[in-house]
Amino acid sequence: MPVSPPVLAVRALSAGYPDRPVLRDVSLAVAPGEVLAILGANGSGKSTLVRAALGLLPVTTGTISLFGTALPRFRQRHRIGYVPQRVGAGSGVPATVAEVVSSGRLARRRLRWLPRATDRAAVARAIAAVGLADRRRDLVGTLSGGQQQRTLIARALASEPDLLVLDEPTTGVDAASQLAFAATIRGFVAGGGAVVLVAHELGPLAELVSRSVVLDHGRVVPPGPGRTGDRAPDHVHPHAPAEPPGIWRGNHR
Amino acid sequence: MTIEILTSPFMRYALLAAVITGVSAPALGTYLVQRRLALIGDGIGHVALTGVAVGLLTATSPVLTAMLAAVAGAIVIELVRERGRTSGDVALAVLFYGGIAGGVFLVNLSASHTNTNLMTYLFGSPLTTTREDLVVLALLGAAVLAVALGLRPWLFAVCHDEEYARVSGLPVRLLNLLLAVTTALTVTVAMRAVGLLLVSALMVVPVATAQLLAGGFRATQWLAMAIGVLAAGAGIGFAGVYDTAPGATIVLLAIGGFAVTTVVVAGWRRVRRVRPDARDGPAVEPPEVVLTR
Ligand SMILES: Nc1ncnc2c1ncn2[C@@H]1O[C@H](COP(=O)(O)OP(=O)(O)OP(=O)(O)O)[C@@H](O)[C@H]1O
Ligand SMILES: [Mg+2]
Repeated sequence: MPVSPPVLAVRALSAGYPDRPVLRDVSLAVAPGEVLAILGANGSGKSTLVRAALGLLPVTTGTISLFGTALPRFRQRHRIGYVPQRVGAGSGVPATVAEVVSSGRLARRRLRWLPRATDRAAVARAIAAVGLADRRRDLVGTLSGGQQQRTLIARALASEPDLLVLDEPTTGVDAASQLAFAATIRGFVAGGGAVVLVAHELGPLAELVSRSVVLDHGRVVPPGPGRTGDRAPDHVHPHAPAEPPGIWRGNHR
Repeated sequence: MTIEILTSPFMRYALLAAVITGVSAPALGTYLVQRRLALIGDGIGHVALTGVAVGLLTATSPVLTAMLAAVAGAIVIELVRERGRTSGDVALAVLFYGGIAGGVFLVNLSASHTNTNLMTYLFGSPLTTTREDLVVLALLGAAVLAVALGLRPWLFAVCHDEEYARVSGLPVRLLNLLLAVTTALTVTVAMRAVGLLLVSALMVVPVATAQLLAGGFRATQWLAMAIGVLAAGAGIGFAGVYDTAPGATIVLLAIGGFAVTTVVVAGWRRVRRVRPDARDGPAVEPPEVVLTR
């Protein structure tokens, strides 16, 4: 059986904003099925790292590869789901939950003018996975902050990705919803997906995390004694998931 | 007598020109409002004025030169926006005022053309629409509608969250430029009916009205188009019968519709608040987290 390449590999990366270098010599890798937590103080460069890894920021030096393909040549964009760090999902013109989540499906639908039945089913599954099925026709602007966050998570799930990149997805989400969110992620990982999770408080997600990386002033803090971040993979999600695993990952594989 | 005015050929042409504008301007304007760039059409209108002046000066079709100037201006604006620098705001201001100053300057260079001619383009003159004008308007309007309706999912994605669209691998730059060029075409279409200074009104006000009523993006776009047609048609009719300025009448009707809708919707909300929606009852999230857009 061939060894599958890392889902995400970052090597010796320096990146940042014009006139403002942020990341210095960052290296990390995420294997299939792994949940990598990126931790660090405000302004340590967590969002910059994930945004650079997704091709949203120019790379100064170093390389990034996704699923074994160098980022500039990577075309299978539907394999990535991204939840940006942001408050709210509203926009100038009100849009429904279904409309916003559907826009996440375009990576797979490409330029097909009419959505196929599989496209619509994937959108419906993504909405159901975050528990918003009964609100799919509601305006995103009329939802609470946590529900808006869940809408963005559903958008990321709609393309049936193999890698979820979540930038503080549970900020402003209450305890009950965090549990529901953890269950969603557990299902995703059980279906073989990999996750990069930026967080301050892991909360109920802690038990899902297989490894963690701490950033400080744009550098990876070397793992030292006393850090409990790194867990052996067999200690990951020791409790069997109660929910249907990978419910949104069905058809295409 | 009034009926005769309404059925005369120039009136029919005026009505058609206005309806084409009324349907296409809000269809495209929905994306501009979504992106919170509601005034961009206004800026492109200013730039188009220089194009009109060049046309008047060189005795070529002012519509053609206006369109070329508008397209060029729209592309420049989009490139500035894409850079996302703080100075973009200032760059846009330079472009807008340069456009209108250049237009006035050039028109005054030619002694043969009076200010009346300029006024025609600034405030519209639907009653002078010719058959040939109408053909051009119909073609441009069809192009605008084809883009605004045909590419809705992709334009929606780009306007809703450009970063996400980029992560999704959508051709973001191409879509943005297409949107800019189509905005320029819309400005050219609307120049005849409402004039360059009022173009933005028809791109924005029907959308503002529609989003008070509609329950989603697609619904807002369709409703805005209907409101645009209604305002444009009624405006031309009113202007024909009472001999008012057609462009201004259309825009005032649209704004009146917006004002009435705002009042009615606010009243309706107040009535409903007495009996709160059962669905909003035992929410998991504390109610103070609710973000009203
Ligand atoms: N758009 C931007 N332009 C310029 N500098 C930026 C921009 N965004 C962030 N920075 C800078 O980059 C550094 C890292 O920011 P980043 O957003 O990556 O931090 P973070 O670790 O995600 O913090 P937080 O926990 O607050 O989300 C900060 O010093 C910030 O000032
Ligand atoms: Mg951040």
